[in-house]
Amino acid sequence: MSKATAAIVGPGNIGTDLLAKLQRSENVDVRWMIGVDPASDGLARARARGVQTSHEGVDFLLGLDELPDLVFEATSAYAHRANAPRFAEAGIQAIDLTPAAVGPFVCPPVNLDVNLAAPNVNMITCGGQATIPIVAAVSSVVPVEYAEIVASISSRSAGPGTRANIDEFTETTAHAIEVVGGAQRGKAIIILNPVEPPMIMRDTVFCSIPAECDRDAIAASIHEMVQRVQEYVPGYTLRADPQFDDPRDIWNGHARVAVFLEVLGNGDYLPTYAGNLDIITAAAARVGDLMAQATVGANA
Amino acid sequence: MSVTTLDDVAEKPAIRITDSTLRDGSHAMAHRFTEDQVRSVVHALDAAGVEVIEVTHGDGLGGSSFNYGFSAVDDVKLVAAAVDEARQAKIAVLLLPGLGTVRNLKEAFDAGASVARVATHCTEADVSIQHFAAARDLGMETVGFLMLSHRASPAKLAEQARIMADAGAECVYVVDSAGALVLGDAQARVQAVIDEIGHQAQVGFHGHQNLSMGVANSVLAYQAGARQVDGALLALGAGAGNSPTEVLAATFERLGVPTGVDVQAALAAAEDVVKPIIPRLPHMDRSSIVQGYAGVYSSFLLHAERAGARYGVPPHEILQRVGEAGYVGGQEDMIIDIALQLAQERDLGDLAGVGTR
Repeated sequence: MSKATAAIVGPGNIGTDLLAKLQRSENVDVRWMIGVDPASDGLARARARGVQTSHEGVDFLLGLDELPDLVFEATSAYAHRANAPRFAEAGIQAIDLTPAAVGPFVCPPVNLDVNLAAPNVNMITCGGQATIPIVAAVSSVVPVEYAEIVASISSRSAGPGTRANIDEFTETTAHAIEVVGGAQRGKAIIILNPVEPPMIMRDTVFCSIPAECDRDAIAASIHEMVQRVQEYVPGYTLRADPQFDDPRDIWNGHARVAVFLEVLGNGDYLPTYAGNLDIITAAAARVGDLMAQATVGANA
Repeated sequence: MSVTTLDDVAEKPAIRITDSTLRDGSHAMAHRFTEDQVRSVVHALDAAGVEVIEVTHGDGLGGSSFNYGFSAVDDVKLVAAAVDEARQAKIAVLLLPGLGTVRNLKEAFDAGASVARVATHCTEADVSIQHFAAARDLGMETVGFLMLSHRASPAKLAEQARIMADAGAECVYVVDSAGALVLGDAQARVQAVIDEIGHQAQVGFHGHQNLSMGVANSVLAYQAGARQVDGALLALGAGAGNSPTEVLAATFERLGVPTGVDVQAALAAAEDVVKPIIPRLPHMDRSSIVQGYAGVYSSFLLHAERAGARYGVPPHEILQRVGEAGYVGGQEDMIIDIALQLAQERDLGDLAGVGTR
């Protein structure tokens, strides 16, 4: 069976972990790793994994006789904004792991089906990939007036980009909780914890729910969603059953469901505690896999 | 024994007390301050000569949430009311990056706030750089807050203070969020921060009373060179409360250190204005002492009490476990997680107990 061809642009930690995941895919063949620094460790790692590399950036990639079907970009929002129109013009589907958000937000078990043919999709944020499935699971059963997520990650797994612009995380995630998760209003909080040994990524999702509703149906929907995420993130687990709290005046008379999650990474290239980084590369690999299936299927 | 003389008074540098009754005290009020209450407290503090009054949800701008508790009144409205009420005092706001954003800061600035206090965990100062830049662009006075300072060595704290000072903080506080620093621990940290940034920025100290050290640590901080300290009327704040503003004013006056605060007016503000509006006086009970002893973020107290009641487990055990796990400010959700664990362990223990009979 033929595979879709792919390139990864950005040979950093994320790009390297993504490569390891995609090399297990039955549908995607990563042929190129693209960087800008000839001395890059990431390019050397990719060569060791049998992938052709270039330090001449996207110009090299777009100059190839045979262009890839898919490109994964793990650089910066600035770089992707510049590259996105060029990929689109060349007819290469782009999966964007930067905060650029040129294309629609995608969370695989929630809205990938309607975005499979999009020329460019954005992977939101790590906290978004971990929590939005749960918000969507609740909002598919009852109206969610307000959803709030708290992502706690190890300090060691927060890179300089996240640290320099932490507002981008909170604002982007909050927005995606609304447009992808289906909450009327979203809020996102991120906490960096330096404890040693490093803490495994934890996420808590709070959703307001109607005072009177079928709590068993909500719990069942959450459990089912967790299983769907586990298909591509095996270390995604509930710490406890969903917790329901009765309506309160200060919650506008709504009740609340609270969901406590742990995201243990797969340890492909990144350490297992960095579930935050793992879940975004795993989600991107999932998107690539399903896009490739759709492309190859259509060509077959 | 030294005796304070008038000459000493003239020579001693002043210390500025920032009152946080309406911010740290918001924790003890479950974030339910009304506009009238804010006006009356600001009026009293302003008349007493307090130069800076902090008004925000206990967890800072944007803190109103499921995780930390919803505010009765929006922060921006309370800030506007405080600004309207104050004659001489500046109104400060707190911002925790990862929770509050530059957008929140601009709204507070538009409402009249003029001091931006940006708080991070004591090892994560670099997440504040964009917020200091924004505050300076707005022309606000800037203060950095290194929270849970007992978790970092003096040298590490100094390095983090350097990041904030370089980002534009005009003062960096050693913040004893857990009330865990005991005397020399506090002074050594203040000293290290002064040695690192003292030539370019002031240094401050924010104390809690969990081990009863708030005022004593503040004095030691001053002696090391700190020129700003935080207090709250009647100690109203997280955990066992803050260094009481009225005690700081009285103590520094006895030491001959100018604060600009009228002791009698501060005492009246505490007794006549704050006492009638608070549900309970902060005090050193079992849970809050455990916070100081185990080094737990003071704001976790009421959350642990609520989770304890909800799941039938002792709050002090929750807090002990939180300390062991090394959770930092903002991880209030983990209190429920730990309460659930404790409840599960209790149920398993009950089953084991049944089994042995």
